[in-house]
Amino acid sequence: MMEMPVVPFLIIFPVVMACLMYVARAENVRRVLAFCGAIVIMGASIVLAVQWFMNGKEVMTLYHETEVADHCILVAEILLMCVVTFLSFKYRKYWISLLSIFPTCAMVWYELAESGKNQQFLLRSNISASVAAIDPACHIYIDRLTILMCLIIGIIGGLIAIYAIGYMQGYHNHHKDVENRSHYFMMILFLFLGAMYGFVLSESLLWIDFFWELTSVCSFLLIGYTREKEAVHNSFRALWMNLFGGCALAVGIIYFAISERTVSLHVLVKMGEEGNNIATIAIALIAFAALTKAAQLPFSTWLIGAMVAPTPSSALLHSATMVKAGIYVLFRLSPAMHGTTTGTMIAFVGGFTFLITSLMAIAQSDGKKVLAFSTISNLGLMVACAGVGHPETIWAGVFLMIFHAISKSLLFQDVGATENSLHSRDVEDMHGLIYILPRLGMFMFIGIAGMFLAPFGMLISKWSALRASVDERNIILVLFIVFGSATTSLYWTKWMGKLVSHTHLTEAKMNDVTKPTEMISLSVHAVMMVLLCMLFPLLSTIYVSPLIKDMFGEAAGVLPDNILIMLVAIILLVFAVPIISFVYSRKMTFNRKGAYMNGVNTGDDRSFVDSFGERKTLWLSNHYYKDLVGSRKLMKPSQIFTLSVLIVMLVIIIGGAIV
Amino acid sequence: MTNMTQILLVVGYILLAPLIGGLLDGFDRKISARMQRRVGPPLLQPFYDVIKLFSKQVIIVSRSQIFFLLSYFVLIVLTGAMFFAGTDILLCFFVMSTGATFLYFAGMVTSTPYSTMGANRELIQMLAYEPAVLLTCVGFYLAEGTFNVGEIATSKYSAIMYLPGFFIAFVFILTIKMRKSPFDLSTSHHMHQELVKGLTTEMGARNLAIFQVTEWYENVFLLGVVGLYIINKSYYSLIAVAAVILVTYFLEILIDNTSARVKADTMIKLSWGVTIFTAGINLIILMIIK
Repeated sequence: MMEMPVVPFLIIFPVVMACLMYVARAENVRRVLAFCGAIVIMGASIVLAVQWFMNGKEVMTLYHETEVADHCILVAEILLMCVVTFLSFKYRKYWISLLSIFPTCAMVWYELAESGKNQQFLLRSNISASVAAIDPACHIYIDRLTILMCLIIGIIGGLIAIYAIGYMQGYHNHHKDVENRSHYFMMILFLFLGAMYGFVLSESLLWIDFFWELTSVCSFLLIGYTREKEAVHNSFRALWMNLFGGCALAVGIIYFAISERTVSLHVLVKMGEEGNNIATIAIALIAFAALTKAAQLPFSTWLIGAMVAPTPSSALLHSATMVKAGIYVLFRLSPAMHGTTTGTMIAFVGGFTFLITSLMAIAQSDGKKVLAFSTISNLGLMVACAGVGHPETIWAGVFLMIFHAISKSLLFQDVGATENSLHSRDVEDMHGLIYILPRLGMFMFIGIAGMFLAPFGMLISKWSALRASVDERNIILVLFIVFGSATTSLYWTKWMGKLVSHTHLTEAKMNDVTKPTEMISLSVHAVMMVLLCMLFPLLSTIYVSPLIKDMFGEAAGVLPDNILIMLVAIILLVFAVPIISFVYSRKMTFNRKGAYMNGVNTGDDRSFVDSFGERKTLWLSNHYYKDLVGSRKLMKPSQIFTLSVLIVMLVIIIGGAIV
Repeated sequence: MTNMTQILLVVGYILLAPLIGGLLDGFDRKISARMQRRVGPPLLQPFYDVIKLFSKQVIIVSRSQIFFLLSYFVLIVLTGAMFFAGTDILLCFFVMSTGATFLYFAGMVTSTPYSTMGANRELIQMLAYEPAVLLTCVGFYLAEGTFNVGEIATSKYSAIMYLPGFFIAFVFILTIKMRKSPFDLSTSHHMHQELVKGLTTEMGARNLAIFQVTEWYENVFLLGVVGLYIINKSYYSLIAVAAVILVTYFLEILIDNTSARVKADTMIKLSWGVTIFTAGINLIILMIIK
């Protein structure tokens, strides 16, 4: 087997870039550096994918002897703990430091005192053949899921970094009150990418734990970028929730490692599949940790609070990194969760989050908040898919993840760029955006269409999620999906309607201040979105179905041929109709009339004279039902509900496994 | 189903659906008039109306409305065509809701008060009927083990044997989908009400004609779904299908004429309540026995 130098490069290069960003204080130099760095990262991800394909698309296990790397990680882990402790004390949130000190100390203790005994694993006789077939000593594991994650992180993350170059310039131009620390921002951005690569490439649970903590801390630093009171408050909320998850992760890992003498993720999953009690407990704890990272209820508030940070960080947290880490772990564990109490717990929490947060999204008018709630809601669906653990649901989940990553990144960047031009990110102010800022309006339209309209893939994924949950006889999940789909359509359609409505403002266009780098990133995203919609049946056959086969040993026969043909027909139609109707309406002769106003239209359709002879101006607004489904009303009860469900279920799982 | 019957059904739907839909509309007006002790228009009046609309001068508020209306038209026709071709029912409904989204855009794009109000309410109507529509598909899948319309239609027993609760929920939301009172929130029959003609206020001439014809296509498709509950592989079941469809349609007319419009939140509560109660209980029982 060939050694892949691109693997350590992917982890180390972003870290080097991070250092460079911090050192390069001259704006111009830093911009060029960041641009090149992002391109290199994207390129390296593609190189990894290509190399792996050339090597025969086999599962690869690498790095069996890693003493130096282990020591480096140990030191870095302690360093991370010091950073968290320092900042916790600085901002007087002393108790949060405990959440970092405890797992780090446990890890260090394990590493120094216990890990030496891992050789015993190989000598054990009571392990089954399928477990023994796994290489327990490797630290890096590459299969289709890894490659997919690397491509998402590399391409989307790289584009976000490019976008950030231009965005931070515009951001500091109209946020004069915030100290310009772009170098620091870019540093964390790149560090984050490195951490994510490490996370998805690692097979060793100890490494996974370190990179997990690193992403938590990175997101904490990004959210607190502005150092404003609200930002600091929200960043610490994100920190404690994620570190809390990290504690569960560390406990799960160490418990498993001490009992079974191995830290291999795949051994854990295999043992879980075979019903090993210790693995069951570890999986329950790790899955619980993944819920915090994927911002599921009751831990959703950290992701909503995260939007105080500049847009690139939101785009990064919501699409390519952070939350996807939680989903990735759940996908890895899903074969072991199928049909277990843990699976039921995860599926329930995911489904519930899908429905409730999509309801809350209806009540939001702040564009970024709608996006935040919709992220949580969509993640809920993915989590539910993972919890069911059926090949079909994982197929759906993987597609949801791909579509979500691209369209969310596109939407966040677009809302950010719109905010810089429009000076508002409120959906109400985006009335007629397609006419006043045509390019940004169009991109937004594509992004939203990708999230829910047929023939875009999101819908197909929902469809197979529904079918699989019916197959699994999971009544609750069926109801969650059915009602959640309806509410999801509502808030997206509402937003899209705002975009296409004729404008309130009579002046034709606004000044589009979007920087070239932002435009590059947005255009690439939009093109990828459209391509993905058109090629997704192909993607399913050549990539995602084999991925499912890797994981479950059986392919998911998800899309019958006639459906594929229908899909292609619909896709052609949806793209053809605008062109045909455009030609049709060109030739049409018509007279224009004023709108019916129930009063005398003053001529521009924007105001009328009422029966008292008074002039009234027209202003149109969407429904929000804040009193009915507002997050103030729903958040607390649903948090309490899910928390109690989690506690009860965890007690049942752990108790059942121990007794 | 053979390819030949598939093609025949699809062509039949595309050609005949507007005729059937228009005729049903004519009966609707006639029966409604009799219920109100009026004589009512001739049976073919809907056709005369549409023909006249097509020949009228085009006067519009917004140029792009026609684009959205045409998309709506094409997608709804596609929905019906897919249904009668015997493909996946879930996919049919997905295309239908995409079509409905385009109708919403057609209302929103004008940016005028009554049209926007109607469009917003249309959206709420979608929210009200969508769960029941999706559950209908789930029901068929559980009862017959497939989403394929062709296989469902040629099964041994009528689906309604397993799905009485789903059927009630579907008929209930049919009133919303057909925009009949008490759920005619987005377009009202009468001009002189708080929302004027709602969604269709700013549609004139050809645009209104397109909207009208699309509605006929849609009604035929929806009644087709009602028929799908009844049909089985025996040819005699077709008589039962026709009978049930006519009774359902009459029921819609009766409800339309005997009830007053409700508020949006009442509609949601009612439709979701009925959906959960009837379809939900049916679902639980079905999952246990099947």
